[in-house]
Amino acid sequence: MAAPIVIVGAGQAAASFISRHVSLGSQQPLLLIGDEAHPPYQRPPLSKKYLLGELERERLFIRPLEWYADQAVELRFDTRVDSIDRELKKIITNHGETVEYDKLLLCTGASARSLPADIGGTLDRVFTLRSIADIDKMAPEFKADRKLLIVGGGYIGLEAAAASRQLGLEVTVLELADRILQRVAAAETSNYFRALHSGHGVDLRESVRMTRLLGEGGAVRGAELESGEIIDTDLVLIGIGSSPNTELAQAAGLDCDNGIRVNEICQTSDSSIYAAGDCSNFLRNGQQIRLESVQNAADQGDLVARVLAGEAVTYKALPWFWSDQYDCKLQIVGLNQGHNQTVVRPGANASSMSVWYYRDAELLAIDSMNEPKSYAFGRKIIEAGKHPTAAQVADPATDLKALAMS
Amino acid sequence: MANITWIMEDGSEINAEVKDGLNLMEAATANNVPHIEGECGGCLSCATCHVFVDPEWFAKTGEIDDIEDTMLEMTDVEREDNSRLSCQIVASAALDGLILRVPEPE
Repeated sequence: MAAPIVIVGAGQAAASFISRHVSLGSQQPLLLIGDEAHPPYQRPPLSKKYLLGELERERLFIRPLEWYADQAVELRFDTRVDSIDRELKKIITNHGETVEYDKLLLCTGASARSLPADIGGTLDRVFTLRSIADIDKMAPEFKADRKLLIVGGGYIGLEAAAASRQLGLEVTVLELADRILQRVAAAETSNYFRALHSGHGVDLRESVRMTRLLGEGGAVRGAELESGEIIDTDLVLIGIGSSPNTELAQAAGLDCDNGIRVNEICQTSDSSIYAAGDCSNFLRNGQQIRLESVQNAADQGDLVARVLAGEAVTYKALPWFWSDQYDCKLQIVGLNQGHNQTVVRPGANASSMSVWYYRDAELLAIDSMNEPKSYAFGRKIIEAGKHPTAAQVADPATDLKALAMS
Repeated sequence: MANITWIMEDGSEINAEVKDGLNLMEAATANNVPHIEGECGGCLSCATCHVFVDPEWFAKTGEIDDIEDTMLEMTDVEREDNSRLSCQIVASAALDGLILRVPEPE
């Protein structure tokens, strides 16, 4: 029998690859290897509904466990791939199993960054948020009136802040930069979320450097700031971004640079090995980028299945993202990197607005807060390669649908 | 429980008993209904779970809120009067026998 396509990493990209492979009627056998105990699942609800206890675990699964058996996909969970023998086209697992592959798809994802042990990063009740296991550890501790300190004012930190306030915790967020979301959004978007969280009672502190976490009996009790101030806390969540899981690829000698380098068909520097999702680094509009998003993972996984089925396709999906915090639905389309101008489009009410990012006259991206029309029609506008003027989008009387269809 | 039928453009059908409380995007992906992706997990950001509801059943599937109404503008196959995003339809006894048609993008 032919060697299987082996998929390393059981996340969104893997699920999407398998779904497309199956729907294209491809007969080549598949083996999925994941280092967690679960089939591929949705990560976005972890920091929201799953942390709130509103979603049972099975409902996170992208496909039910039985589905994989029905599609004759072989599964290995709780299994890590330790090495790749590219010459013999084999992988070796941490259980000592050797498996031959015809094609290899690396969907190894990314890992949440943590703090070093010497500044308290390994104390008890210091958490990171990336997996079901992370939430299952956190959730029993996240009880009303406990004090939670969140280090990092990015999307994960802010989503966790919102869920934790809803659970009745006292929440403080520390951000090193001069504003939350600085790395990913314009000041207007930061201002919106600062007001949203402050209004929900989050103590949000920007331009604050934390020097170390303080422990007592092995568990975290507080944090020391550069100013010398001590913040008491019962729990700490570290939300300072993540790093691509490239160790396996690097050890196998594949080109890596902030992710596993791939070409326009998600192929690595070894033509039998592909990479998709958070771990891949690809070329978009002349720039090497890496994206951590469901859209990118799903679309790249889908693309690899099409490529392996012989379709002549290349990756040019338009990025989109979302975040839910309290009653705010943030929807983002496009990538704002390289923008030199932002335009605010007022929304239908006080809690809605959108921020449009331009590089000169070129529309790059839109952040839409409780303003789904800006997202939906903005996406059509960007997809169609149209560039409405700043004056047009700033005017609430402008009909976005008409702009998108014109 | 609700017995739900998805009908594809080629006339083939998929039928499943769906537990109360599950939405019909989840039910569709669990039952391998083609063209229903549900990338955003049902939070109204992707419009990849578009269905046409059998007209006799349409009113029983509930109200379309503003966000769904807007997101229906983004579907691959253009919306019609009986379009819904199936992540917003929740299974219950009232929907037992529901028939959905699945649009196929080009």
